[in-house]
Amino acid sequence: MPSVMIRKNENGELLFYVAKKDLEDVIVSIETDTQESWGGSIIIGDGSTWYIDPISPPPTFPTTLRFKRA
Amino acid sequence: MPDLTREETQSLIEEVLEVYPEKAKEIRAKHLTVNDHEVEQSKKCITSNRKSVPGTMTIRGCAYAGSKGVVWGPIKDMIHISHGPVGCGQYSRAGRRNYYVGTTGINTFGTMNFTSDFQEKDIVFGGDKKLAKLIDEIETLFPLNKGITVQSECPIGLIGDDIEAVSKAKGAEYNKTIVPVRCEGFRGVSQSLGHHIANDAVRDWALGKRDGDDTFKSTPYDVAILGDYNIGGDAWSSRILLEEMGLRVVAQWSGDGTIAEMELTPKVKLNLLHCYRSMNYISRHMEEKYGIPWIEYNFFGPTKIEESLRKIADFFDDKIKEGAERVIAKYKGEYQAVIDKYRPRLEGKRVMLYVGGLRPRHVIGAYEDLGMEVVGTGYEFGHNDDYDRTIKEMGNATLIYDDVTGYEFEEFVKKVKPDLIGSGIKEKYIFQKMGIPFRQMHSWDYSGPYHGYDGFAIFARDMDMTLNNPCWSNITPPWRKSEDTQALAAE
Repeated sequence: MPSVMIRKNENGELLFYVAKKDLEDVIVSIETDTQESWGGSIIIGDGSTWYIDPISPPPTFPTTLRFKRA
Repeated sequence: MPDLTREETQSLIEEVLEVYPEKAKEIRAKHLTVNDHEVEQSKKCITSNRKSVPGTMTIRGCAYAGSKGVVWGPIKDMIHISHGPVGCGQYSRAGRRNYYVGTTGINTFGTMNFTSDFQEKDIVFGGDKKLAKLIDEIETLFPLNKGITVQSECPIGLIGDDIEAVSKAKGAEYNKTIVPVRCEGFRGVSQSLGHHIANDAVRDWALGKRDGDDTFKSTPYDVAILGDYNIGGDAWSSRILLEEMGLRVVAQWSGDGTIAEMELTPKVKLNLLHCYRSMNYISRHMEEKYGIPWIEYNFFGPTKIEESLRKIADFFDDKIKEGAERVIAKYKGEYQAVIDKYRPRLEGKRVMLYVGGLRPRHVIGAYEDLGMEVVGTGYEFGHNDDYDRTIKEMGNATLIYDDVTGYEFEEFVKKVKPDLIGSGIKEKYIFQKMGIPFRQMHSWDYSGPYHGYDGFAIFARDMDMTLNNPCWSNITPPWRKSEDTQALAAE
Protein backbone atom coordinates (compact mmCIF):
# COMPACT_ATOMS: atom_id res chain seq x y z
CA MET A 1 0.00 0.00 0.00
CA PRO A 2 2.22 2.82 -1.13
CA SER A 3 1.63 6.47 -0.30
CA VAL A 4 0.87 8.25 -3.51
CA MET A 5 1.04 11.97 -4.02
CA ILE A 6 -1.42 13.24 -6.57
CA ARG A 7 -0.92 16.65 -8.11
CA LYS A 8 -1.83 18.51 -11.25
CA ASN A 9 0.74 19.04 -13.96
CA GLU A 10 1.08 22.11 -16.18
CA ASN A 11 -1.63 20.82 -18.54
CA GLY A 12 -4.09 20.25 -15.70
CA GLU A 13 -3.83 16.45 -15.86
CA LEU A 14 -3.49 14.53 -12.62
CA LEU A 15 -0.06 13.06 -11.89
CA PHE A 16 0.39 9.91 -9.87
CA TYR A 17 3.68 10.02 -7.96
CA VAL A 18 5.21 7.32 -5.75
CA ALA A 19 8.47 8.69 -4.34
CA LYS A 20 9.82 5.36 -3.17
CA LYS A 21 9.16 3.63 -6.49
CA ASP A 22 10.41 6.55 -8.55
CA LEU A 23 7.16 6.37 -10.41
CA GLU A 24 5.49 9.42 -11.86
CA ASP A 25 2.85 9.18 -14.53
CA VAL A 26 -0.38 10.78 -15.64
CA ILE A 27 -3.68 9.27 -14.60
CA VAL A 28 -5.54 8.18 -17.74
CA SER A 29 -8.72 6.85 -16.21
CA ILE A 30 -10.58 7.10 -12.91
CA GLU A 31 -13.46 4.77 -12.13
CA THR A 32 -15.43 7.25 -10.05
CA ASP A 33 -14.89 10.94 -10.65
CA THR A 34 -18.07 12.80 -9.77
CA GLN A 35 -19.16 15.71 -7.61
CA GLU A 36 -19.77 13.36 -4.69
CA SER A 37 -16.86 10.97 -4.72
CA TRP A 38 -13.48 10.24 -6.25
CA GLY A 39 -11.60 6.96 -6.45
CA GLY A 40 -12.03 3.31 -7.38
CA SER A 41 -9.77 1.69 -9.94
CA ILE A 42 -7.26 4.07 -11.43
CA ILE A 43 -5.21 3.43 -14.55
CA ILE A 44 -2.03 5.38 -15.09
CA GLY A 45 0.05 6.12 -18.16
CA ASP A 46 2.30 3.05 -17.95
CA GLY A 47 -0.79 0.78 -17.96
CA SER A 48 -0.73 -0.29 -14.32
CA THR A 49 -3.93 -0.26 -12.27
CA TRP A 50 -4.26 0.97 -8.70
CA TYR A 51 -7.19 0.95 -6.33
CA ILE A 52 -8.50 3.23 -3.64
CA ASP A 53 -11.87 3.15 -1.92
CA PRO A 54 -13.86 6.11 -3.29
CA ILE A 55 -13.41 9.21 -1.17
CA SER A 56 -16.34 11.45 -0.50
CA PRO A 57 -16.32 14.40 -0.90
CA PRO A 58 -13.56 14.41 -3.57
CA PRO A 59 -10.15 15.46 -2.23
CA THR A 60 -8.46 18.69 -3.27
CA PHE A 61 -5.16 18.25 -5.07
CA PRO A 62 -2.26 18.06 -4.39
CA THR A 63 -2.72 15.46 -1.72
CA THR A 64 -1.20 12.20 -0.50
CA LEU A 65 -3.36 9.07 -0.48
CA ARG A 66 -2.75 5.40 0.16
CA PHE A 67 -3.42 3.18 -2.82
CA LYS A 68 -3.57 -0.57 -3.25
CA ARG A 69 -2.14 -2.44 -6.18
CA ALA A 70 -5.05 -3.76 -8.19
CA MET B 1 35.60 12.87 -36.07
CA PRO B 2 32.13 12.96 -37.64
CA ASP B 3 29.05 12.24 -35.57
CA LEU B 4 28.23 8.61 -35.02
CA THR B 5 25.09 7.16 -36.46
CA ARG B 6 22.60 5.29 -34.33
CA GLU B 7 23.98 1.92 -35.40
CA GLU B 8 27.58 2.97 -34.77
CA THR B 9 26.73 4.21 -31.29
CA GLN B 10 24.85 1.01 -30.53
CA SER B 11 27.77 -1.13 -31.70
CA LEU B 12 30.11 1.04 -29.63
CA ILE B 13 28.07 0.23 -26.53
CA GLU B 14 28.15 -3.47 -27.36
CA GLU B 15 31.88 -3.36 -27.98
CA VAL B 16 32.53 -1.70 -24.64
CA LEU B 17 30.34 -4.22 -22.81
CA GLU B 18 32.23 -7.11 -24.39
CA VAL B 19 34.82 -7.40 -21.60
CA TYR B 20 32.34 -7.88 -18.78
CA PRO B 21 31.34 -11.29 -17.42
CA GLU B 22 27.89 -12.44 -18.57
CA LYS B 23 25.95 -11.20 -15.55
CA ALA B 24 27.62 -7.82 -15.25
CA LYS B 25 27.18 -7.31 -18.97
CA GLU B 26 23.47 -7.93 -18.68
CA ILE B 27 23.15 -5.42 -15.83
CA ARG B 28 25.32 -2.73 -17.39
CA ALA B 29 23.65 -2.99 -20.79
CA LYS B 30 20.46 -1.57 -19.29
CA HIS B 31 22.27 1.57 -18.16
CA LEU B 32 23.69 2.53 -21.54
CA THR B 33 21.60 3.75 -24.40
CA VAL B 34 21.47 5.70 -27.62
CA ASN B 35 19.25 8.74 -27.35
CA ASP B 36 16.04 8.45 -29.28
CA HIS B 37 13.64 11.37 -29.42
CA GLU B 38 10.77 9.05 -30.20
CA VAL B 39 10.97 7.42 -26.77
CA GLU B 40 8.69 9.35 -24.46
CA GLN B 41 9.50 7.66 -21.20
CA SER B 42 13.09 7.03 -20.29
CA LYS B 43 12.32 3.82 -18.44
CA LYS B 44 11.76 2.17 -21.80
CA CYS B 45 15.37 2.72 -22.81
CA ILE B 46 17.45 3.23 -19.67
CA THR B 47 17.56 1.91 -16.13
CA SER B 48 18.69 4.24 -13.39
CA ASN B 49 18.96 4.54 -9.62
CA ARG B 50 20.08 0.93 -9.23
CA LYS B 51 22.85 -0.56 -7.15
CA SER B 52 26.25 -0.32 -8.84
CA VAL B 53 27.82 -3.58 -10.00
CA PRO B 54 30.41 -4.73 -7.44
CA GLY B 55 33.90 -4.56 -8.83
CA THR B 56 33.30 -1.76 -11.30
CA MET B 57 34.65 1.70 -10.62
CA THR B 58 31.59 3.79 -9.92
CA ILE B 59 31.85 7.51 -9.38
CA ARG B 60 28.95 7.77 -6.94
CA GLY B 61 28.82 9.10 -3.39
CA CYS B 62 26.87 8.01 -0.32
CA ALA B 63 23.74 9.14 1.50
CA TYR B 64 25.84 11.12 3.98
CA ALA B 65 27.39 13.00 1.06
CA GLY B 66 23.91 13.78 -0.23
CA SER B 67 22.67 15.12 3.07
CA LYS B 68 25.64 16.73 4.76
CA GLY B 69 27.52 17.70 1.64
CA VAL B 70 24.66 18.79 -0.57
CA VAL B 71 21.44 19.75 1.16
CA TRP B 72 22.25 20.64 4.77
CA GLY B 73 25.92 21.58 4.57
CA PRO B 74 25.50 24.98 2.89
CA ILE B 75 23.03 26.26 5.53
CA LYS B 76 25.59 28.65 6.92
CA ASP B 77 24.37 29.62 10.38
CA MET B 78 23.77 26.08 11.57
CA ILE B 79 26.44 23.74 12.82
CA HIS B 80 26.43 20.40 11.04
CA ILE B 81 27.92 17.66 13.18
CA SER B 82 29.43 14.76 11.26
CA HIS B 83 28.39 12.21 13.85
CA GLY B 84 30.68 9.22 13.68
CA PRO B 85 34.33 8.64 12.75
CA VAL B 86 36.36 11.67 11.83
CA GLY B 87 37.17 10.90 8.20
CA CYS B 88 33.80 11.44 6.49
CA GLY B 89 33.61 15.04 7.65
CA GLN B 90 37.28 15.88 7.37
CA TYR B 91 37.87 14.63 3.84
CA SER B 92 34.75 16.34 2.53
CA ARG B 93 35.29 19.59 4.39
CA ALA B 94 34.87 22.77 2.34
CA GLY B 95 35.38 20.91 -0.92
CA ARG B 96 32.19 22.02 -2.56
CA ARG B 97 32.88 25.75 -2.60
CA ASN B 98 29.39 26.87 -1.66
CA TYR B 99 30.15 30.49 -0.93
CA TYR B 100 28.54 32.44 1.87
CA VAL B 101 28.70 35.79 3.59
CA GLY B 102 29.59 35.88 7.28
CA THR B 103 32.43 35.43 9.71
CA THR B 104 33.39 31.78 9.83
CA GLY B 105 33.57 30.47 13.37
CA ILE B 106 31.50 33.36 14.76
CA ASN B 107 28.12 33.45 13.07
CA THR B 108 28.67 31.17 10.08
CA PHE B 109 30.20 27.72 10.03
CA GLY B 110 30.17 26.58 6.40
CA THR B 111 33.80 25.60 5.93
CA MET B 112 34.37 24.19 9.41
CA ASN B 113 34.28 20.53 10.33
CA PHE B 114 32.46 19.44 13.48
CA THR B 115 32.71 15.77 14.29
CA SER B 116 32.12 13.49 17.23
CA ASP B 117 35.30 11.56 16.27
CA PHE B 118 34.05 8.07 17.17
CA GLN B 119 36.49 5.75 18.91
CA GLU B 120 36.23 2.06 19.68
CA LYS B 121 34.54 2.71 23.04
CA ASP B 122 31.82 4.79 21.37
CA ILE B 123 31.00 1.91 19.06
CA VAL B 124 30.92 -0.53 21.98
CA PHE B 125 29.07 1.59 24.53
CA GLY B 126 27.11 3.85 22.17
CA GLY B 127 27.78 7.46 21.24
CA ASP B 128 24.73 9.25 22.60
CA LYS B 129 26.53 10.61 25.66
CA LYS B 130 29.30 11.91 23.48
CA LEU B 131 26.78 13.61 21.20
CA ALA B 132 25.11 15.30 24.16
CA LYS B 133 28.49 16.50 25.42
CA LEU B 134 29.41 17.69 21.94
CA ILE B 135 26.26 19.78 21.69
CA ASP B 136 27.03 21.33 25.09
CA GLU B 137 30.53 22.19 23.92
CA ILE B 138 29.19 23.73 20.72
CA GLU B 139 26.82 25.91 22.70
CA THR B 140 29.71 27.13 24.87
CA LEU B 141 32.20 27.71 22.09
CA PHE B 142 29.88 28.93 19.30
CA PRO B 143 26.93 30.57 21.03
CA LEU B 144 25.85 32.44 17.87
CA ASN B 145 24.88 29.28 16.00
CA LYS B 146 21.22 29.26 15.04
CA GLY B 147 20.77 25.52 15.18
CA ILE B 148 22.49 22.17 14.88
CA THR B 149 22.06 19.20 12.60
CA VAL B 150 23.32 15.74 13.46
CA GLN B 151 24.48 14.09 10.24
CA SER B 152 24.81 10.36 10.89
CA GLU B 153 27.69 8.42 9.45
CA CYS B 154 27.47 4.65 8.89
CA PRO B 155 28.22 3.37 12.44
CA ILE B 156 25.32 5.31 13.98
CA GLY B 157 22.77 3.22 12.15
CA LEU B 158 24.73 0.01 12.69
CA ILE B 159 24.98 0.34 16.48
CA GLY B 160 21.46 1.79 16.81
CA ASP B 161 22.14 5.07 18.59
CA ASP B 162 19.09 7.16 19.43
CA ILE B 163 20.15 10.52 18.03
CA GLU B 164 16.53 11.66 17.87
CA ALA B 165 16.17 11.47 21.65
CA VAL B 166 19.40 13.40 22.24
CA SER B 167 18.39 16.04 19.69
CA LYS B 168 14.96 16.49 21.22
CA ALA B 169 16.29 16.79 24.78
CA LYS B 170 19.07 19.21 23.85
CA GLY B 171 16.78 21.18 21.55
CA ALA B 172 14.40 21.74 24.43
CA GLU B 173 17.27 22.59 26.80
CA TYR B 174 18.76 25.27 24.54
CA ASN B 175 15.52 26.24 22.78
CA LYS B 176 17.13 25.73 19.38
CA THR B 177 16.42 23.74 16.27
CA ILE B 178 18.40 20.53 16.54
CA VAL B 179 17.80 18.21 13.61
CA PRO B 180 18.77 14.54 13.68
CA VAL B 181 19.36 13.31 10.13
CA ARG B 182 19.40 9.56 9.51
CA CYS B 183 21.66 9.78 6.48
CA GLU B 184 23.96 6.83 7.23
CA GLY B 185 26.16 6.29 4.21
CA PHE B 186 25.06 2.73 3.55
CA ARG B 187 21.47 3.76 2.92
CA GLY B 188 20.35 3.66 -0.69
CA VAL B 189 22.47 3.22 -3.78
CA SER B 190 23.94 6.70 -4.08
CA GLN B 191 23.82 10.22 -2.67
CA SER B 192 20.34 10.55 -4.11
CA LEU B 193 18.71 8.90 -1.12
CA GLY B 194 20.69 11.27 1.10
CA HIS B 195 18.95 14.19 -0.62
CA HIS B 196 15.60 12.57 0.03
CA ILE B 197 16.39 11.88 3.70
CA ALA B 198 17.66 15.44 4.15
CA ASN B 199 14.49 16.82 2.53
CA ASP B 200 12.39 14.72 4.86
CA ALA B 201 14.39 15.96 7.85
CA VAL B 202 13.77 19.55 6.76
CA ARG B 203 10.08 18.75 6.49
CA ASP B 204 9.86 17.06 9.88
CA TRP B 205 12.14 19.22 12.00
CA ALA B 206 12.52 22.69 10.52
CA LEU B 207 10.01 23.76 7.90
CA GLY B 208 6.89 24.17 9.99
CA LYS B 209 8.44 26.23 12.81
CA ARG B 210 6.67 29.44 11.83
CA ASP B 211 3.31 28.04 10.85
CA GLY B 212 0.60 30.26 12.31
CA ASP B 213 3.04 33.14 12.81
CA ASP B 214 1.99 36.04 10.58
CA THR B 215 4.53 38.62 11.68
CA PHE B 216 6.49 38.21 8.46
CA LYS B 217 5.11 40.73 5.97
CA SER B 218 4.83 38.92 2.67
CA THR B 219 4.40 40.55 -0.73
CA PRO B 220 2.73 39.10 -3.85
CA TYR B 221 6.18 38.81 -5.42
CA ASP B 222 7.87 36.56 -2.88
CA VAL B 223 9.79 33.62 -4.29
CA ALA B 224 12.32 31.12 -2.96
CA ILE B 225 15.30 29.72 -4.85
CA LEU B 226 15.44 25.98 -4.20
CA GLY B 227 18.28 23.70 -5.23
CA ASP B 228 20.90 26.34 -5.87
CA TYR B 229 23.99 25.64 -3.80
CA ASN B 230 25.87 28.83 -4.58
CA ILE B 231 28.87 27.03 -5.99
CA GLY B 232 31.37 29.75 -6.78
CA GLY B 233 28.55 32.27 -6.23
CA ASP B 234 25.93 30.72 -8.53
CA ALA B 235 22.93 31.66 -6.41
CA TRP B 236 24.03 35.28 -6.22
CA SER B 237 24.25 35.66 -9.99
CA SER B 238 20.79 34.06 -10.27
CA ARG B 239 19.30 36.10 -7.49
CA ILE B 240 20.16 39.49 -9.00
CA LEU B 241 18.25 38.61 -12.18
CA LEU B 242 15.15 37.66 -10.20
CA GLU B 243 15.40 40.79 -8.10
CA GLU B 244 15.88 43.00 -11.15
CA MET B 245 12.68 41.70 -12.65
CA GLY B 246 10.83 42.78 -9.52
CA LEU B 247 10.61 39.61 -7.46
CA ARG B 248 11.63 39.37 -3.84
CA VAL B 249 13.85 36.41 -3.04
CA VAL B 250 12.92 35.36 0.48
CA ALA B 251 15.07 32.24 0.77
CA GLN B 252 18.03 30.55 -0.82
CA TRP B 253 18.12 26.79 -0.44
CA SER B 254 20.65 26.11 0.52
CA GLY B 255 23.70 27.97 -0.81
CA ASP B 256 24.30 31.02 1.42
CA GLY B 257 21.03 30.10 3.13
CA THR B 258 20.05 30.32 6.79
CA ILE B 259 17.65 28.45 9.00
CA ALA B 260 15.52 31.60 9.27
CA GLU B 261 15.12 31.67 5.49
CA MET B 262 14.12 28.04 5.54
CA GLU B 263 11.44 28.67 8.13
CA LEU B 264 10.08 31.57 6.05
CA THR B 265 9.87 29.59 2.82
CA PRO B 266 6.27 28.40 3.43
CA LYS B 267 5.23 32.08 3.15
CA VAL B 268 6.41 32.54 -0.45
CA LYS B 269 4.16 32.54 -3.51
CA LEU B 270 6.30 30.43 -5.82
CA ASN B 271 9.17 28.02 -5.38
CA LEU B 272 11.82 28.17 -8.09
CA LEU B 273 13.52 24.82 -8.41
CA HIS B 274 16.95 24.67 -10.00
CA CYS B 275 18.26 21.28 -8.95
CA TYR B 276 15.23 19.07 -9.42
CA ARG B 277 16.94 15.94 -8.18
CA SER B 278 17.90 17.14 -4.72
CA MET B 279 14.99 19.40 -3.80
CA ASN B 280 11.90 18.14 -5.62
CA TYR B 281 10.78 16.26 -2.52
CA ILE B 282 10.46 19.35 -0.36
CA SER B 283 8.87 21.30 -3.24
CA ARG B 284 6.20 18.65 -3.58
CA HIS B 285 5.66 18.71 0.16
CA MET B 286 5.25 22.49 0.21
CA GLU B 287 2.85 22.28 -2.71
CA GLU B 288 0.73 19.81 -0.82
CA LYS B 289 0.85 21.40 2.62
CA TYR B 290 1.00 25.11 1.83
CA GLY B 291 -0.29 25.19 -1.73
CA ILE B 292 2.87 26.78 -3.10
CA PRO B 293 3.36 25.92 -6.78
CA TRP B 294 6.86 25.11 -7.98
CA ILE B 295 8.53 25.31 -11.35
CA GLU B 296 11.83 24.13 -12.68
CA TYR B 297 14.08 26.67 -14.32
CA ASN B 298 17.49 26.73 -15.95
CA PHE B 299 19.94 29.60 -15.62
CA PHE B 300 22.76 28.21 -17.78
CA GLY B 301 23.30 30.14 -21.01
CA PRO B 302 21.28 33.07 -22.43
CA THR B 303 18.76 30.99 -24.41
CA LYS B 304 17.67 29.01 -21.37
CA ILE B 305 17.80 32.04 -19.06
CA GLU B 306 15.48 33.92 -21.41
CA GLU B 307 13.10 30.97 -21.54
CA SER B 308 13.18 30.55 -17.77
CA LEU B 309 12.69 34.23 -16.96
CA ARG B 310 9.58 34.30 -19.15
CA LYS B 311 8.32 31.05 -17.64
CA ILE B 312 8.76 32.45 -14.12
CA ALA B 313 7.15 35.78 -15.09
CA ASP B 314 4.07 33.95 -16.40
CA PHE B 315 3.15 33.17 -12.79
CA PHE B 316 2.90 36.85 -11.94
CA ASP B 317 1.22 40.02 -13.19
CA ASP B 318 2.22 42.35 -16.02
CA LYS B 319 4.66 44.26 -13.84
CA ILE B 320 6.86 41.19 -13.51
CA LYS B 321 6.39 40.23 -17.15
CA GLU B 322 7.65 43.67 -18.16
CA GLY B 323 10.45 43.25 -15.65
CA ALA B 324 11.51 40.01 -17.29
CA GLU B 325 11.60 41.63 -20.74
CA ARG B 326 13.55 44.53 -19.28
CA VAL B 327 16.15 42.21 -17.77
CA ILE B 328 16.51 40.24 -21.01
CA ALA B 329 16.93 43.46 -23.01
CA LYS B 330 19.37 44.89 -20.49
CA TYR B 331 21.78 41.99 -20.66
CA LYS B 332 21.37 41.38 -24.39
CA GLY B 333 24.38 43.49 -25.36
CA GLU B 334 26.49 41.91 -22.66
CA TYR B 335 25.89 38.27 -23.57
CA GLN B 336 25.89 38.96 -27.30
CA ALA B 337 29.42 40.30 -26.90
CA VAL B 338 30.41 37.11 -25.09
CA ILE B 339 28.95 34.94 -27.84
CA ASP B 340 30.56 37.05 -30.57
CA LYS B 341 33.93 36.72 -28.91
CA TYR B 342 33.96 33.04 -28.00
CA ARG B 343 31.66 31.37 -30.50
CA PRO B 344 34.15 31.55 -33.38
CA ARG B 345 36.77 29.95 -31.13
CA LEU B 346 34.51 27.15 -29.90
CA GLU B 347 32.17 26.53 -32.83
CA GLY B 348 31.63 22.87 -33.66
CA LYS B 349 33.53 21.46 -30.69
CA ARG B 350 32.08 18.32 -29.15
CA VAL B 351 31.59 17.78 -25.44
CA MET B 352 31.01 14.75 -23.27
CA LEU B 353 29.55 15.22 -19.81
CA TYR B 354 29.27 12.98 -16.81
CA VAL B 355 28.14 14.74 -13.68
CA GLY B 356 25.31 14.62 -11.18
CA GLY B 357 22.16 16.45 -10.23
CA LEU B 358 20.94 18.89 -12.83
CA ARG B 359 24.04 19.58 -14.91
CA PRO B 360 23.95 16.69 -17.39
CA ARG B 361 20.92 18.33 -18.99
CA HIS B 362 21.00 21.94 -17.81
CA VAL B 363 24.37 22.96 -19.24
CA ILE B 364 23.56 21.63 -22.73
CA GLY B 365 21.87 24.94 -23.59
CA ALA B 366 24.90 26.93 -22.53
CA TYR B 367 27.19 24.83 -24.74
CA GLU B 368 24.81 25.21 -27.66
CA ASP B 369 24.83 28.97 -27.24
CA LEU B 370 28.57 28.78 -27.82
CA GLY B 371 28.10 26.65 -30.91
CA MET B 372 29.27 23.48 -29.18
CA GLU B 373 27.55 20.14 -29.25
CA VAL B 374 27.05 17.72 -26.37
CA VAL B 375 27.60 14.22 -27.76
CA GLY B 376 27.31 12.21 -24.58
CA THR B 377 25.83 12.78 -21.17
CA GLY B 378 25.01 10.85 -18.05
CA TYR B 379 24.05 11.08 -14.41
CA GLU B 380 25.85 9.64 -11.44
CA PHE B 381 22.67 9.27 -9.44
CA GLY B 382 19.78 10.44 -11.62
CA HIS B 383 16.40 8.76 -11.60
CA ASN B 384 14.03 8.06 -14.46
CA ASP B 385 12.45 11.50 -14.24
CA ASP B 386 15.86 13.06 -14.85
CA TYR B 387 16.34 10.99 -17.98
CA ASP B 388 12.81 11.87 -19.13
CA ARG B 389 13.90 15.47 -19.13
CA THR B 390 17.27 14.72 -20.72
CA ILE B 391 16.03 12.87 -23.78
CA LYS B 392 14.41 16.06 -25.09
CA GLU B 393 17.52 18.15 -24.53
CA MET B 394 20.04 15.85 -26.18
CA GLY B 395 20.56 15.38 -29.90
CA ASN B 396 19.31 12.23 -31.58
CA ALA B 397 21.66 9.23 -31.59
CA THR B 398 23.90 10.65 -28.86
CA LEU B 399 25.19 8.51 -26.04
CA ILE B 400 23.47 8.41 -22.66
CA TYR B 401 25.11 6.52 -19.83
CA ASP B 402 23.86 6.03 -16.29
CA ASP B 403 26.26 5.47 -13.38
CA VAL B 404 29.03 4.97 -15.95
CA THR B 405 32.04 3.01 -14.74
CA GLY B 406 35.60 4.27 -15.05
CA TYR B 407 36.35 1.71 -17.74
CA GLU B 408 33.26 2.41 -19.84
CA PHE B 409 33.78 6.14 -19.73
CA GLU B 410 37.38 5.81 -20.90
CA GLU B 411 36.41 3.50 -23.76
CA PHE B 412 33.58 5.80 -24.85
CA VAL B 413 35.95 8.73 -24.88
CA LYS B 414 38.54 6.81 -26.92
CA LYS B 415 35.93 6.05 -29.58
CA VAL B 416 33.82 9.20 -29.59
CA LYS B 417 36.90 11.45 -29.34
CA PRO B 418 35.22 14.55 -27.87
CA ASP B 419 37.04 17.88 -27.82
CA LEU B 420 36.16 18.52 -24.19
CA ILE B 421 35.05 16.47 -21.22
CA GLY B 422 33.18 17.79 -18.22
CA SER B 423 33.19 15.52 -15.18
CA GLY B 424 34.60 15.24 -11.68
CA ILE B 425 38.03 15.43 -10.12
CA LYS B 426 38.51 11.65 -10.14
CA GLU B 427 38.20 11.63 -13.93
CA LYS B 428 40.14 14.80 -14.56
CA TYR B 429 43.71 13.55 -14.59
CA ILE B 430 42.98 10.36 -16.52
CA PHE B 431 41.59 12.35 -19.41
CA GLN B 432 44.14 15.11 -19.22
CA LYS B 433 46.88 12.49 -19.50
CA MET B 434 45.05 11.13 -22.53
CA GLY B 435 45.47 14.61 -23.99
CA ILE B 436 41.84 15.68 -23.86
CA PRO B 437 40.86 19.07 -22.47
CA PHE B 438 38.87 18.64 -19.27
CA ARG B 439 36.74 20.80 -17.00
CA GLN B 440 35.82 19.68 -13.51
CA MET B 441 32.10 20.42 -13.60
CA HIS B 442 31.21 19.61 -9.98
CA SER B 443 32.51 22.85 -8.55
CA TRP B 444 33.28 24.58 -11.86
CA ASP B 445 36.98 23.71 -11.72
CA TYR B 446 37.58 26.24 -8.92
CA SER B 447 36.02 28.97 -11.05
CA GLY B 448 32.42 30.17 -11.30
CA PRO B 449 29.73 31.31 -10.99
CA TYR B 450 28.23 29.73 -14.11
CA HIS B 451 24.58 30.66 -13.49
CA GLY B 452 22.96 33.77 -14.90
CA TYR B 453 24.26 36.19 -17.51
CA ASP B 454 27.31 37.04 -15.44
CA GLY B 455 28.04 33.38 -15.05
CA PHE B 456 27.72 32.73 -18.76
CA ALA B 457 30.60 35.11 -19.48
CA ILE B 458 32.78 33.16 -17.06
CA PHE B 459 31.58 29.85 -18.45
CA ALA B 460 32.49 30.88 -22.00
CA ARG B 461 35.88 32.16 -20.93
CA ASP B 462 36.65 28.96 -19.00
CA MET B 463 35.68 26.70 -21.87
CA ASP B 464 37.81 28.71 -24.28
CA MET B 465 40.70 28.81 -21.81
CA THR B 466 40.62 25.02 -21.50
CA LEU B 467 39.95 24.04 -25.10
CA ASN B 468 42.30 26.46 -26.80
CA ASN B 469 45.09 26.12 -24.28
CA PRO B 470 48.43 25.74 -26.07
CA CYS B 471 49.44 22.95 -23.67
CA TRP B 472 47.39 20.38 -25.60
CA SER B 473 49.75 20.62 -28.57
CA ASN B 474 52.65 19.76 -26.23
CA ILE B 475 51.23 16.50 -24.95
CA THR B 476 53.81 14.61 -27.00
CA PRO B 477 57.14 15.37 -25.37
CA PRO B 478 59.79 17.11 -27.49
CA TRP B 479 62.14 14.09 -27.66
CA ARG B 480 59.35 11.94 -29.09
CA LYS B 481 58.54 14.60 -31.61
CA SER B 482 62.14 14.92 -32.80
CA GLU B 483 62.40 11.13 -32.98
CA ASP B 484 59.45 11.09 -35.33
CA THR B 485 60.99 13.72 -37.53
CA GLN B 486 64.33 11.91 -37.42
CA ALA B 487 62.63 8.68 -38.37
CA LEU B 488 60.94 10.44 -41.21
CA ALA B 489 64.25 11.94 -42.34
CA ALA B 490 65.92 8.51 -42.26
CA GLU B 491 63.28 7.08 -44.55
